Amino acid sequence: MKMLINAADTVVSDALEGLAQAHPGIVRVMRNPDYVVRTDAPLQQQVAIISGGGSGHEPMHIGYVGRGMLTAACPGAIFTSPTPDQILAATYASASRAGVLYIIKNYAGDRMNFEIAMETLLLEGVPVASVIVADDVANPMQDLRRGTGATIIVEKVAGAAAEMGASLEECARVARRAERQSRSIGVALSACTVPALARPSFHLGDNEIEIGIGIHGEAGRQRTTIAPVAQIVDQLCSALVDDLDLRAGDRTLALVNGLGATSPIELYIVFYEVARWCAARHIVLARSLVGNYMTSLDMAGCTITLMRLDDELLQLWDAPVCTPALRWGV
Amino acid sequence: MQITVDHVIRFLERAAALIREHATELTELDTVIGDADHGTNLNRGFSAVVVKLDALQDGDIGTILDVTGKTLLATVGGAAGPLYGTAFRRAGALLAGRHAIEGADIAAALEVALEGIIERGRVQRGEKTMLDAIAPGVETFRSAIAEGKSLEEAARCALAAVEEGMRATIPMQATKGRAAFLGPRSIGHQDPGATSAYYIACAMVGLNVDPPSDQNEAQLS
Repeated sequence: MKMLINAADTVVSDALEGLAQAHPGIVRVMRNPDYVVRTDAPLQQQVAIISGGGSGHEPMHIGYVGRGMLTAACPGAIFTSPTPDQILAATYASASRAGVLYIIKNYAGDRMNFEIAMETLLLEGVPVASVIVADDVANPMQDLRRGTGATIIVEKVAGAAAEMGASLEECARVARRAERQSRSIGVALSACTVPALARPSFHLGDNEIEIGIGIHGEAGRQRTTIAPVAQIVDQLCSALVDDLDLRAGDRTLALVNGLGATSPIELYIVFYEVARWCAARHIVLARSLVGNYMTSLDMAGCTITLMRLDDELLQLWDAPVCTPALRWGV
Repeated sequence: MQITVDHVIRFLERAAALIREHATELTELDTVIGDADHGTNLNRGFSAVVVKLDALQDGDIGTILDVTGKTLLATVGGAAGPLYGTAFRRAGALLAGRHAIEGADIAAALEVALEGIIERGRVQRGEKTMLDAIAPGVETFRSAIAEGKSLEEAARCALAAVEEGMRATIPMQATKGRAAFLGPRSIGHQDPGATSAYYIACAMVGLNVDPPSDQNEAQLS
């Protein structure tokens, strides 16, 4: 498998160096333990919003550090959650007396590592709250739902609230509401290649696709054959709308996210079909985002996220943001 | 027989060597039902532990186990880091200040380590995790010591129970961890966490086990 890397064991550190040098005005990259933090942190009287997770999903999370979004992010090894040391170092570098909100994707490892960091902070008297993102409808069991595309929205909304001076409780409240109003589902056309493994982590035949794929290549709900994208979008959007109980007249934010190896032109075709599908059901697409926002290394495919919007969430989504990967209003 | 600081250091060195030797196998097992990083992550963690051991030759058993747990927590990540890290730290806390221990002490340390894994992972037996290998081993060891068996014999019985527990994960359907996303498709594959627990148990007993059996290899093809 050909990859533009130096060596499998320097993939994360080399990418962090690149991020630091590409965006010196926005982020600082700290090493051993590794974390990425806003250049102007710690911010007095502002709640710190911190997330983290395995690497291989860039720009999530390191690309979302900056004004109006994350205060800091902790990148783990490829597909491996960060360690408590990283999380605590990022917290000490960014938290003020206003406290810290952790945004955690619903994976056993992520939850345990953040939980250990939270136990330490509680002993030290640092105000800390957390929100678990579990938006992937591929699994019918609620507590097994994975954190995927909604994580970006939750990070944006919580970061906007913090930037506006909201309290820790307020930031946690809007983050949880954004999470509850969001659902995602993905489809893979081909597997990803973990650099240390140097071969695809599973196999899809020439005409096969996997509906409900996880962002680490974990299996989804169904393996089927490739079809015109309108049919695939119909299946994906039906699952989302049923689960979120979206009704005619509801305003939504739609995120069509590439998993790494799918071309932008295909993502726009997917979005076109999502827009047509929603229009036919009088679901209003009030806001949209199309591109590679949460990848799975070089996996081909996409995820679709729908969030039900209200005035508050809309205002937080529209608020200015200045990060390496998401920037508007500045 | 008494277990000394020197025994514990050699156990950890053997564990690191066995994990390194089997890192590819562990990652391969994790590729089938997880996210392809178990061997890589544990190898990174135990290698970091070995580096710390030099400075701990004069420490007590509790300190050595606590530093091992802290190092695993700080370097492994994923679910394995917090689970093994918590287990070693709990055992370390129980054996704080001790320079020599006996069978009953080891049984008690294994017991608190097991409780640590259960609490941290919120896991029960039968969910296709490392617990399915560790719990039978701890129980077997405790009963054997209670029955008055020698440390060597208790360890041998415990290792057999761990191995049996590891094999028993093959027909299980996972309900915890990333393998749970596979649902019924997780059936028929040996759990990578149970497998690493087996190698650590091998190191504890002092056996240098052979490379993976044919049965394991068959799982992967």
